[in-house]
Amino acid sequence: MTTDQYPGVHMYRRVVRAKLFIDNNYHDRINVDNIADEAYFSKFHFIRLFKSVYGKTPNQYLMAVRIAKAKELLQVEKSVSEACSSVGFESLSSFSGLFKKVTGFTPSVFLKQHQEAKKARKKAPLKFVPGCFISNNGWDENSNFREMTD
Amino acid sequence: MITRLSHTTIFVRNQDSAYDFYTNKLGFKVVDDMPMGKDTRWLTVSPPDQPNLEIVLFPITVGKMYPEETANIMLELLQKGKLNNGVFECNDIYATYEELKSKGVEFLKAPTEEFYGIEAQFKDDSGNWFSLQPKSNFTTTE
Repeated sequence: MTTDQYPGVHMYRRVVRAKLFIDNNYHDRINVDNIADEAYFSKFHFIRLFKSVYGKTPNQYLMAVRIAKAKELLQVEKSVSEACSSVGFESLSSFSGLFKKVTGFTPSVFLKQHQEAKKARKKAPLKFVPGCFISNNGWDENSNFREMTD
Repeated sequence: MITRLSHTTIFVRNQDSAYDFYTNKLGFKVVDDMPMGKDTRWLTVSPPDQPNLEIVLFPITVGKMYPEETANIMLELLQKGKLNNGVFECNDIYATYEELKSKGVEFLKAPTEEFYGIEAQFKDDSGNWFSLQPKSNFTTTE
């Protein structure tokens, strides 16, 4: 059984509510005003509180979520332009620029790398699993497994 | 000499449910999710800031590795809440607690001041329990 009595409990709930608002609405046209409204804070007080909890301003966090979601979309082989528009960017060049700044790769290079890694896993999945697991579970002897991966 | 931990295992009752818990609730990233034969998957996840540590979400199923008696003992320990699998670190324990609770994570202990710092405890969907502590509780050499 837990108790929820700690200093600033209501403040924390409002900041978390704003964070979850970003997590759930990153693909829409949201800005710091919408986000602060969601948590019933004045804009500048909110930015300060958010940064003290998450180490990033709300806008920096929104951009980080958008890039993280774009990575996930590219990993399921969506096109670069589809990933860009799905995470709320209107300009492909600003999306690509930010993506490269955060990940070190352009979206198209990231997509290509992921496709190659996926191909390698499909071709030889056991190369990506520690041998002790393969041996203890008999995965190297499993004829059904071989059929699935040939 | 040993240089780092690359893989660690959390035993789970059901991999589909564990996938949902560790990704959608805890926010971990999937590293590998590959079929290993008919009924088994190689499923590994990583905490967001620790991409080089793969947590293997390994199902407790009767097979070569776990005969029926062993699997039943492990399932019983999970059901009794006797398997503690470690400590997760966070930046702000109150915000993390509120967020996880809002996502339906079951807490055994709300953030509480202990002699070693603030700690909360929660359970995963299988019954494994974990301590949750802020970074400030730890002294590191970094």
